[in-house]
Amino acid sequence: MNLFQFCNGIIVWLVELVNNLWYWLGDVLPWYFGDFFTGIGDFAGSHGHIVVMTIVLESLMVIIVALINVLNFIWLDRKLSGRIFDFYGPYYVGYRIGGWLQNLADGMKLFVKEIIVPAKADKLGFLLAPVIFVGSSFLILATIPLSPNFGIATNESGEFVTAGVLFAFAAFAIAPFSILLAGWSSNNKFTLIGGMRSAAQMMSYEIPLLLTVASVVLLAGSFSFVGIVDAQHDIWFAIPLFIGLVVFLVCIAAEVEVTPFDLPEAEAELVEGWTTEYSGMRFGLFMMTSYLRGYAGGALATALFLGGWQGPSLIPDEIWFLIKAYTVFVVIEWMRWSLPRVRVDQILELGWKRLLPLAVLNLLIAATFKTMGWFSG
Amino acid sequence: MAEMWINMGPQHPMTHGLWNLRVKVDGETIVDAEPEVGYLHRGIEKICENRTYPQIIPLADRLCYGSSLTWSHLYCMTVEDLMGVEVPERAEYIRVVTLEMQRLASHLMWLAAYAVDLGMMAGFIYSMRDREVLVDLLQSLSGSRLTYNYPRIGGVAHDLPPNWDREALRACNYIETRLKEYEDLYEGSKIFMMRNVDVGLLTKEDALDLGVTGPPLRASGVRYDMRKDRPYSVYSDLDFEVCSRPEGDCFARYRVRIDEMWESCKIIRQAIQRMPKGKWRTVAPRNAPVGTGLGRVEDPRGEGMMYVVGDGSDKPYRLKIRSPIFITVSAAPSMLVGYKMADVVAIMGGLDMCIGECDR
Repeated sequence: MNLFQFCNGIIVWLVELVNNLWYWLGDVLPWYFGDFFTGIGDFAGSHGHIVVMTIVLESLMVIIVALINVLNFIWLDRKLSGRIFDFYGPYYVGYRIGGWLQNLADGMKLFVKEIIVPAKADKLGFLLAPVIFVGSSFLILATIPLSPNFGIATNESGEFVTAGVLFAFAAFAIAPFSILLAGWSSNNKFTLIGGMRSAAQMMSYEIPLLLTVASVVLLAGSFSFVGIVDAQHDIWFAIPLFIGLVVFLVCIAAEVEVTPFDLPEAEAELVEGWTTEYSGMRFGLFMMTSYLRGYAGGALATALFLGGWQGPSLIPDEIWFLIKAYTVFVVIEWMRWSLPRVRVDQILELGWKRLLPLAVLNLLIAATFKTMGWFSG
Repeated sequence: MAEMWINMGPQHPMTHGLWNLRVKVDGETIVDAEPEVGYLHRGIEKICENRTYPQIIPLADRLCYGSSLTWSHLYCMTVEDLMGVEVPERAEYIRVVTLEMQRLASHLMWLAAYAVDLGMMAGFIYSMRDREVLVDLLQSLSGSRLTYNYPRIGGVAHDLPPNWDREALRACNYIETRLKEYEDLYEGSKIFMMRNVDVGLLTKEDALDLGVTGPPLRASGVRYDMRKDRPYSVYSDLDFEVCSRPEGDCFARYRVRIDEMWESCKIIRQAIQRMPKGKWRTVAPRNAPVGTGLGRVEDPRGEGMMYVVGDGSDKPYRLKIRSPIFITVSAAPSMLVGYKMADVVAIMGGLDMCIGECDR
């Protein structure tokens, strides 16, 4: 049973349950009321509306799973940084579960804080930037399946869309626009510089990132996540395309702005970068979304290089996928907490002079393997 | 691209205190810079004129939160020069040990701030953790953790507690193992080297012309250290090197401070071994004679100087404090111009700003 069928079942059951009421009302009431209720029942029970409601339920489930992962990630990040820095990390709030509830407490605190809009800010841009940032980041997850049965970008029989990878990376690339918008509309010099840095950095790292993705797509011969993961049945792409994996991880670290590459929010020189003027839950959303993007990056690396949900069947597929995604995230966080920050000219130099040639080399390797016929598909 | 002025400060993560660095940037490149200090002016020199001589010791502690002991020691030295008080030899050795501990603690705090300026949180936590060892020792000696109020005119407040010297030697060993770790952590990091080498060049001529002292001067290739060139206390009996590097960039400043920490450990060991038994304090007169006293020491941040004028009463007529950072910060524009905005934190962090003594 896949996610669509599962949700469809729930929706059909619910609709039937509620329709009993509408049809009963339609029976007992006079015709001028009764026809109205019967009409509602027919409307809700029609095939198209059931599919729409199913998709909404599916999206909700994927978002809930993503949010739980984000909470886990923030907790893991804090605990891990505590291990690296010689302290405990969150401890008191929910101490029986390792301080896991600290995130909820912090979220609660951010919720009740005042949202301050600077007087000279561009109100519309200032409001729109978090919406675009959060929305586009959730959109990445739309096509990433946790297993062949757990994903929302399917048709009714559970076949996935063929261009899921393209869509995921397109959604990934929307964020610089919102960051630039946030930096510009805040009307503050620090946020402006942060936004500009972010735009420059993301543009220069998008190209090697997509080139490594192209090499994976070339080997797998498919643009869908299921096709790519199935192509890794014999060997993970991390082994033939090791250079690609390294380039991919560095680029993902730059795209989600973790410390060696967190120039847009370099707190030492730019206060808090492009998020300087945001307060309260808007800042909380930015922070949560950066972890969400970390999760998306880990999930993409898992699906493209680490064999996705493949693994011994002792553990369910979805859990395998999450274990790998968490591992990628831990590696990125490890890098984050133990390295200093690079400078803006150095980061562009690294992107154009080092990563781009490596990505092209990686593409060449993939093409060689493909020509020799070692990877079918 | 259009040029614009950016106020980095007075409340900004870069500043480590209350001061303002105005930088004019062209895109990301700095074309002009202008440090503004004075936000923390408390009029300490004027307050001192209304206090008796012993009352000024805790006030001198408040000059710098990073290395308070140096300043109270400097004050006591100056007043001893004015009054002509002989300090017992044991007190001098105790002072040297505590001063070098204070230098270690101050440099470790600098290293912590510098690491976090460069975005390396791990370095911050490690340095602060190891500074704690020294702070605990000084606390067991003097009773407080930040402003020690330990030296007195004519000696020190108390003798060493039992076993303190052994603990100090153990702390030296610990700090030395940690210093090795720091060298691996920082110099083994390619990114740290990228951020430091050839950044913020200060030529020897500029450094001398602008009156820069302390580690920034020594990092520009000038071997000038008050402990060697104008020895005070018992530094002339002790064997240590003046650490100097010819490059004049941020890495040289970092390296000079790390080398100084090694030398400080050496000095503490020697001083504890040579420390004689005996009195640790003599009685100083209440009133100072008419005359002047001068003290010059090597603060962790540069050359600190105090000049006191006595008028025969129990209060100084005038107390002048020469702060190293107040003078060093004026070299900021010549170091900053031409570098990127992200280098501001590396360059200004490399000066080890302490606003308490700068604004007085």
